[in-house]
Amino acid sequence: MSLFDKFQPIIDIQAELQALGVMPFGAITEKLLSSTEAIVDGHKVILAGTNNYLGLTFEPECLEAAKQAIDELGTGTTGSRMANGTFAGHVALENELAEFFDRRHAIVFSTGYAATMGMGSTLAGPGDVIVLDADSHASIYDGVRLGGADVIRFRHNDPADLDKRLRRLGDRIENTLIIVEGIYSMMGDQAPLAEIAEVKRKYGGLLLVDEAHSLGMLGAHGRGVAEAAGVEDDVDFIVGTFSKSLGAIGGYCVSNHDQLNAIRFAIRSYIFTASPSPSVIASTRAALRLMQERPYLRDQLWANAQRLYDGLQALGLQVSPQVSPVVAVTIKDRNQAIDWWNRLLQLGAYVNLVMPPASPGDDSLLRCSVSAAHSAEQIDRIIDAFASVQGSAQAL
Amino acid sequence: MPDYNEFLARIFEILKPFAKQGLILNEETELVTDLGLSSLQVMELIERIEDHFDMSIPLNILPDIRTVHDLAQQLEKLTRS
Ligand SMILES: Cc1ncc(COP(=O)(O)O)c(C=O)c1O
Repeated sequence: MSLFDKFQPIIDIQAELQALGVMPFGAITEKLLSSTEAIVDGHKVILAGTNNYLGLTFEPECLEAAKQAIDELGTGTTGSRMANGTFAGHVALENELAEFFDRRHAIVFSTGYAATMGMGSTLAGPGDVIVLDADSHASIYDGVRLGGADVIRFRHNDPADLDKRLRRLGDRIENTLIIVEGIYSMMGDQAPLAEIAEVKRKYGGLLLVDEAHSLGMLGAHGRGVAEAAGVEDDVDFIVGTFSKSLGAIGGYCVSNHDQLNAIRFAIRSYIFTASPSPSVIASTRAALRLMQERPYLRDQLWANAQRLYDGLQALGLQVSPQVSPVVAVTIKDRNQAIDWWNRLLQLGAYVNLVMPPASPGDDSLLRCSVSAAHSAEQIDRIIDAFASVQGSAQAL
Repeated sequence: MPDYNEFLARIFEILKPFAKQGLILNEETELVTDLGLSSLQVMELIERIEDHFDMSIPLNILPDIRTVHDLAQQLEKLTRS
């Protein structure tokens, strides 16, 4: 027995993959040609799995803001927000986020993971209760486990099951935090937030929604699923990330609860880590502004999402349950998923390969995500790549 | 409130299909080592117990559960708290 024994299953899978001649989790992006094209492992590919939903990573205004911040403020803050790491930009971004979400308070974190994990671990502790959607992201699970509250799952996107679980809590509802996502990262399906909010109104508790994959995508202002469902008042905390629609890295939490300013000083993932680099803050601020100035990006994104969804569905592939910027194709057999992923890459479509336990069930996924910056022609090329891989599979 | 033996009976019933030939389920049967349950199957087992007894089982108890006995005992503890 050694500490290393538990890694043997990973070592075995790695060896198996090496024998197959593919290293799906080691693909190297060698060169970016634009926000939608790159050279990956020597292949020129369309980026079809990047979460770059609004395609803002090469926006001149974002690049310019980041460059200027580097020139004026240097490459890093070299410290925690609570020590030397709060620059004017961090505070300005917090104010801009609060204004955008129409909430009184905002906290900026160094990553989305730190935001979600930190809020989950800090809001509810020993003796408290967390009720979360079973398909929640790892950052949520990690946080709630760290916090030490009693963690209860409800069936994915099932408000009736949530109702049952809140009912069973009795008085403990007063110390209960409910956690769901807006758009789920792997399958792209949306939480039925209106119904979930209704259940919360019936019993009580606080509600936190992780809108990592829905910022800029839904609602009249692009504030996410809570806005689209018309239940922002029922959502106590929204957390999210700058690493997807805003094309940078970092996370946030916004709330109308005045206690957020006290909570800030209790979140270890906020305190014991360096604050985001000035260039990251600068490009995020520019992207947040552009996202608001260009609502048409949202329309382009959804048009592309619909096109890819329809195209893959027409091929008879098992696509995710709902049209969204995340389009996941379920492939039952892991080795087939790996093979398809590899051949898609060679055909110029770079998608995400997701295997259990990262995928929600026992199946593997070829997870695609579209961008507002994709052209219709690029979307068609992604569909063509799937068609050709599928065709050669059927010919066997 | 269900007691230890009621929980035990229900667990045996749910686990019966998992007991491969020749294996007789008893309190010392290990869920993962003996029955080969995956983490997903453990969660399904938990959900079925939750539905049957109309209770919620916090994930926190899972690390303490290796055998059928551990599970029944933790469930009984939950109903008493
Ligand atoms: C739902 C959800 N929450 C949080 C995160 C973490 O965000 P980040 O990658 O920006 O740290 C992600 C993405 O990885 C996510 O999908």
